[in-house]
Amino acid sequence: MLPFTFKSSLMNPDLAKNKFLFTADSLKKKFRLSEFLSEKIITSVAFLSIAVIILIFVFVFRESLPAFKPRVKHNIEKTSSTGNKPESYGSSDSAGALQKPESYSGAEPAAANKPESYGSVKDTSVSAGEVNPDSEFVAKDNNNDEGTLGSLFSNEWYPVSENPRYGLIPLLIGTFKVTLIAMLFAAPIAILAALFSSCFAAPWLREWIKPAIELLAGFPSVVIGFFALMVMATVLQNLFGYETRLNSFVGGIAMALASIPIIFTITEDALTAIPATFTEASLALGASKWQTAVFVILPAATPGIFAAVLLGVGRVFGETMIALMATGNAALSGLNPFESVRTLAATIGAEMAEVVFGDMHYGILFLIGSLLFIFNFSINAIAEFYVKGKLVKRIQGR
Amino acid sequence: MKLKNKIIGGAITTASALSVVLIIAIIIVILVVTIIGGKEKISWEFLTAFPRDGMMKGGIFPAIYGTALLVIIMSIAAVPFGTITAIYLSEYAHEKSWLAQTIRFAVRTLATVPSIIFGLFGLGFFVQFVGAGMDNWFLGGQLKWAQPNLLWGSLTMALLTLPVVIVSVEEAIRTVPRELREASLALGATKWQTIKKVVIPGSISGIMTGTILAVSRGAGEVAPILFTGAAYSLATLPTSVSDQFMNLGYHIYVMSTQSSNVDQTLPIQFATTLVLLMLTFTLNLAAVLIRSSLRRRVK
Repeated sequence: MLPFTFKSSLMNPDLAKNKFLFTADSLKKKFRLSEFLSEKIITSVAFLSIAVIILIFVFVFRESLPAFKPRVKHNIEKTSSTGNKPESYGSSDSAGALQKPESYSGAEPAAANKPESYGSVKDTSVSAGEVNPDSEFVAKDNNNDEGTLGSLFSNEWYPVSENPRYGLIPLLIGTFKVTLIAMLFAAPIAILAALFSSCFAAPWLREWIKPAIELLAGFPSVVIGFFALMVMATVLQNLFGYETRLNSFVGGIAMALASIPIIFTITEDALTAIPATFTEASLALGASKWQTAVFVILPAATPGIFAAVLLGVGRVFGETMIALMATGNAALSGLNPFESVRTLAATIGAEMAEVVFGDMHYGILFLIGSLLFIFNFSINAIAEFYVKGKLVKRIQGR
Repeated sequence: MKLKNKIIGGAITTASALSVVLIIAIIIVILVVTIIGGKEKISWEFLTAFPRDGMMKGGIFPAIYGTALLVIIMSIAAVPFGTITAIYLSEYAHEKSWLAQTIRFAVRTLATVPSIIFGLFGLGFFVQFVGAGMDNWFLGGQLKWAQPNLLWGSLTMALLTLPVVIVSVEEAIRTVPRELREASLALGATKWQTIKKVVIPGSISGIMTGTILAVSRGAGEVAPILFTGAAYSLATLPTSVSDQFMNLGYHIYVMSTQSSNVDQTLPIQFATTLVLLMLTFTLNLAAVLIRSSLRRRVK
């Protein structure tokens, strides 16, 4: 068989009768422009999500650079050395323009007329200044470098003052407090519900439970926040009789509502992914249904459940609207669950609208954003690689 | 021993059943409370009129209109890109290749990034970088795009909803039977032709579910548009993508936390929440129904 007989055997009628009808060459894919282009376009579009992640990294960090910029010292009018006013800012009763509006019960009319958008930043910071003696220093923030970067680890979050301090500690404590409370409520409920749905419920019931709980995932967080602010806060206050109406307890429960569907769905998937052989073996050995569920299925699925709780934590950690509406937004660093708190995400949401571009405060807010992003990214990475790998190994019995 | 076992078993079963009941009860309570609080205020006028007297009277038409524009532009951006990514992941990429795995990881990460981060990103990237760049290049430094507007808000929201679209379209593509693809390929169709004529039509319901879920998510999220385009009160409807817009969720947020007369506007707030909740709830319900019929088809 000489090479030339193979060539274009399909084209040539004589050669087509040859028994070597299909040859290496004739079977080769023909080049088609549309095919080529579509494949390339599809591939490049698929890169978009990777690109977005990288861009988020780059830009959120880039904008946080002003926080690190060394500043020239201005010695102009540091009228009062720290002390009197700024110190009291942190406590909610004498809160400044930033903290008042969030608490519904004590909403102060003047401070409440907040900007709709940061487009009008300058006007509002001035008008706020007329209202609140504290914030007349807003405009001077730029000149101040005292107690800035160094104060990141201090105990005071007091960004709008003549001597701004950006201590992240109260915000971190607030965020962890809310997250802990939310998880204490959400995790047991969601895991038990998933256990019921995957182990105890009849198939027809299961068909109903899953979509029903997924509906809760579809509730916008602003609606849950509104519900918490208007209804839950009052009910819980009457129930427990604590002082501050909006606090980390209310916020935590509201956020539990937001994270229950996530934990439920992932746990349910993990539980259903356990092979039927596990159940069958256990039942065959004489274990009852609940013993199988608790001692066989649940332990086998722990990595998946762990992942579910992790992702729930991630959701609560970054939740903004519920935190803004239901936690009271005072940067207190106490451990009392019935105190108002200010979470990291809520701080960004509340203050970004009022900062001057490129100044320290702006940079710090983006820095908080980077923190949130890194935290969420790591949580997702852990859930993805560590936990899922472990789950697969365990099920395959290796 | 047996009795003890029975008691523990009964307790666990009851507790788990109660959890399900509790979750469903919460859903019903939220729905009922919102409906009771808002139903008196809901009227044709409320849905179609502008707010009057400093939000004390009138309707919420601009907010509904702004939300609609937002989700439309968002869908135009998110649905094609999401669909194409899903096609790549299920048709072109090899399951085990590092590229496909990286894209999958990126999509899942994108789905878990807090929405406020998208807001920051929209501000840092779209407004400050792209917008300012456009102003410098095309308008000679005149301020037009380097400020929050409808376009930037919608694009930010599109990034947020991209994973929603990708996941549901991919799920639908996987339900297209292998035999159909093979038959098409065996008849001489190329891969792209197969995708165009067999795979996409077969997964159209998935694309629809994805769009519906994305719209519902986009209509409800507020954090991404806090600083990328939403405004509390505007005298006119947005006429171009470089205008700011009003938004239902943002409206609720501002009215309930930052307005000076929270108590007087309470019925309006409840009614606005009811409108938003009904919108997202209906969309989600539709998506769930389509999806469950899809799942039944597979079985």
